[in-house]
Amino acid sequence: MIAAIVLNGFRALRRDRGALILSFILPVAFFSIFGMIFGGMGSSGTARVSVLVVDQDRSAVSARLVQALIEERSLAASTHPNEKKGQPVPPDYTAASAEAAVKQGAAPAALIIPKGFGAHPISFGPGNDRAPIQLLHDSSDPVAAQMVGGMLQKVVMTSLPDTMENAGMQYFEQFSGGLTPEQRARIDAAMARRPSAAGRTGAARDMQLIAVDVRDVVGEKHNSMIAFYAAGIGVMFLLFTASAAGGTLLDESDSGALDRILSARVSMTTLLAGKMAYSALLASAQLTLMFLWGAAVFHLDLFNHIPGFMVMTAATSFAVASFGMLLASLSHTRAQQGAISTLIILTMSAIGGSMFPRYFMPEAMQKVGLLTFNAWAIDGYTKVFWRDEPILHLAPQVAVLVGAGLVLFLIARRFARRWEFS
Amino acid sequence: MASPPPAIPLRIDSVFKRFGDLTAVSGVSLEVRERACLGLLGPNGAGKSTLIRSIAGRVHLDSGSVRVFGHPAGSAAACAELGWVPQELALYPLLTCRENLEAFGRYQGLRGKALHEGIAWCLEWAALADRASATVKTLSGGMRRRLNMAAGLVHRPRIVLLDEPTVGVDPQSRNRIFDMVAELRGQGATVIYTTHYMEEAERLCDSIAVIDHGRVIAQGPKEELVAQAFGSRSDVVMRFASSVENAAAWAAERGGTMQEGADSVAHFAVAKPTDIGPLLDAAISDGLEVIDVVLRRPNLESVFLQLTGRELRQ
Repeated sequence: MIAAIVLNGFRALRRDRGALILSFILPVAFFSIFGMIFGGMGSSGTARVSVLVVDQDRSAVSARLVQALIEERSLAASTHPNEKKGQPVPPDYTAASAEAAVKQGAAPAALIIPKGFGAHPISFGPGNDRAPIQLLHDSSDPVAAQMVGGMLQKVVMTSLPDTMENAGMQYFEQFSGGLTPEQRARIDAAMARRPSAAGRTGAARDMQLIAVDVRDVVGEKHNSMIAFYAAGIGVMFLLFTASAAGGTLLDESDSGALDRILSARVSMTTLLAGKMAYSALLASAQLTLMFLWGAAVFHLDLFNHIPGFMVMTAATSFAVASFGMLLASLSHTRAQQGAISTLIILTMSAIGGSMFPRYFMPEAMQKVGLLTFNAWAIDGYTKVFWRDEPILHLAPQVAVLVGAGLVLFLIARRFARRWEFS
Repeated sequence: MASPPPAIPLRIDSVFKRFGDLTAVSGVSLEVRERACLGLLGPNGAGKSTLIRSIAGRVHLDSGSVRVFGHPAGSAAACAELGWVPQELALYPLLTCRENLEAFGRYQGLRGKALHEGIAWCLEWAALADRASATVKTLSGGMRRRLNMAAGLVHRPRIVLLDEPTVGVDPQSRNRIFDMVAELRGQGATVIYTTHYMEEAERLCDSIAVIDHGRVIAQGPKEELVAQAFGSRSDVVMRFASSVENAAAWAAERGGTMQEGADSVAHFAVAKPTDIGPLLDAAISDGLEVIDVVLRRPNLESVFLQLTGRELRQ
C-alpha cells in the first residue's frame, strides 16, 4: 500500500516539470552560487579588496611599500586607473583623484603615502614631524577599510623589516644614551644574520607599526545601509510581484477571458502594455512603501533624496514589469511560470546583491551580477542615498534598466503572438 | 440612385480550418439573415466552437472568409457589431458583476453614459441588478453563466454568438437563459446559438445547421430537416437483448440502422404506426429477443441519427 503511494508520488513528480525544477535544479543552482561566492570556486577563496595607492613620498622606502602592496594577494592595489585598450596608461592617482574615485565607488579604499614617510616610517619613538599614511574609505563597505588597514601593517612588516629594525635601533640609541662598542658589534652581527625580507613571514603585532589616519570620505550617515537593504530586498520582491502580475495573462488565457478581451477592440500590444503599466505602478508603490517604512522606522534620509529616488524607482519598476511580462509569455502554464520565476528570481537576487552585498563576492561574480536588474538597481539607489551623487550620474543605471526593459517587452510581445489567434 | 441593399449580418464562405491533422471546419458556408436565430447543432468536437471563434475573428482561417455586416471578421467594425459569449466562464473572479461589465464595456470602447447605460441594461437583462456588487466567486453557477452572457453584450451588439451557454446549469437557470435569449431576439438581435442539446435548438432557433466532423450536413428550419430525413414517416426505436448477435444484419435487411455505440438498438423509419406489428412479428419469428419498442415522432435527434448513425450526446 505504502509502496503504491510512493510510486504515485514519483510518477506525478516526473510529469510535473515545475516541481522537478524546484526539487532538484533550484537547490543545486543555489548551492553552486553560494559555493562560488564563498568558496571562491575552489581557488583563491576570499575576494580581493580593491585599494588605490598614492605615493607622495617617492622615496625608496615608499616605493618598496607600494610594490609590496601591489604584490599582496589579498589586495587589488592600483596606482592608476585601468588602462583602456589602445589608450596610453593613465596618470597615477593623486590624493584628490583617489579621494574622488572612492567617493564615486570605483574602489572602497585608498592609501596615501605622504611626503616624509620614508624618513620616519614607524609610528613609535621620537619624531613628531612624521606624517601618517592616510586611509580613505567608503563606509558603505565596512569590511574594506578594516582589511586594508590590517594588510598595510602586515605588508610593512614583511616588506620593510630592515627599515623597521634600523629605525628601532636609532630610537633605542637615542633614548638609552648610546651603545657601548661591544653592544654595537653584537647588534650589527645580529642584524647582518637576519633573513631577507622576501623570506620572512612577519607575524602581525597588536600594536600599529605604521601610523594611519582613517577617514570616511563619503561621510558619516545615519543608517544609510538601510537604503541598500530597502533596494536589495525590494527589488527581489518586486520581481516576484511582477511575475505574479504577468501570470494573470496565463489565468485569463485559461479562463477564456483573454480570448474575449482580444475579440473586443483590444490589441495584444495594448493588452501587454496595460498589464505592464499595472505591474510597474504596483512595483513603484511597493518600493515607495519600503522606503517610507525605512524613513519612518530606520531614519532613512528619503525626503532629501526624492528626485533620485523617483528616477531609480521608475526605471526599476519598468524593468521588473517587463521581466514579468516576458516570464508569462514564455510559459505555457501557471505552474511552469511559477517554477521558472522562482528559479530565475532567486538566482538573480543571489548574484545581483539582493541577499548580500556584491562587494563581498569575488570579482568575477561581481561582474556576472551585472547581468541582473538587482545589481543595477542597487547600484543606482546606492548612488542616490549613499554617495549623494547628482541625478545625471544615474544615467548608466537608468539606461541599462530602461533599455533592458524595452528589449524584454519586445521579446514578450513576440512570444505573445501565440495568444493572438489559433 | 437606389441605395445598396443592407449587408447580410453574417456570411460564411467555404471556411476551412485545420489543427495539425485534425480538420476542425471543413468547407462550411452559411448565411444568417437579420433578426434570425441560427442553431449550430452537433455533438462535442463537431467543430461548432471553432466556427464560432472564426466568426469572432479569433481563428486564422486556412481558407474561406467570414464577414459580419460586410466587414471581415476580427476587424474593428466587425467587433463592434458582434457580441461573443464563450463557452468558458470568461470573467474576472475577484471583480464584482458591475466591475466585470465595466471592464468588458471599456474593452469594447464604451465610455461615460453609453457605458453606464450598457451596464444597467445588462444587469437588468441578466436579473443580476440586486447582485451588482457581489464578486463573481460568490455567485451561483447559474448567475455566473448569466453574467458571462451579459459581459459579451455590454456594447449592445447586433449579432450575438452564444457558445453552449447552458453548459453545467440547473433546469431553472437554463429556463432563465432561454428567456434572456428570447428577450434578445425580441429586441432585434441576430443570434447564433451552438448547442448539443436538441431541445434547446428546437425551442430557440428558427433555423438549424447540423454539424458533424466540421461539415454542415443539413441546414434549414427544424420541420424542413425532419421532412427531408423522414418525409411523413415515423421513427421506430427497437432495443434487443444484449445477447443478440445478428441484430445488425437483421435490421439492415429491413432498412433499419444500428445506433452507433449501442450494439442492441436499431432505428427504422416506418410510414405508419401499424407497421410496427409486422416488424415485431418478423423479429420474433427470426428468434430475436426484443425488450423495448418505441414509436416516436421524428425530431432533430432522429435527424442527426439518421444522417450520421450517432446520437447527438455521444
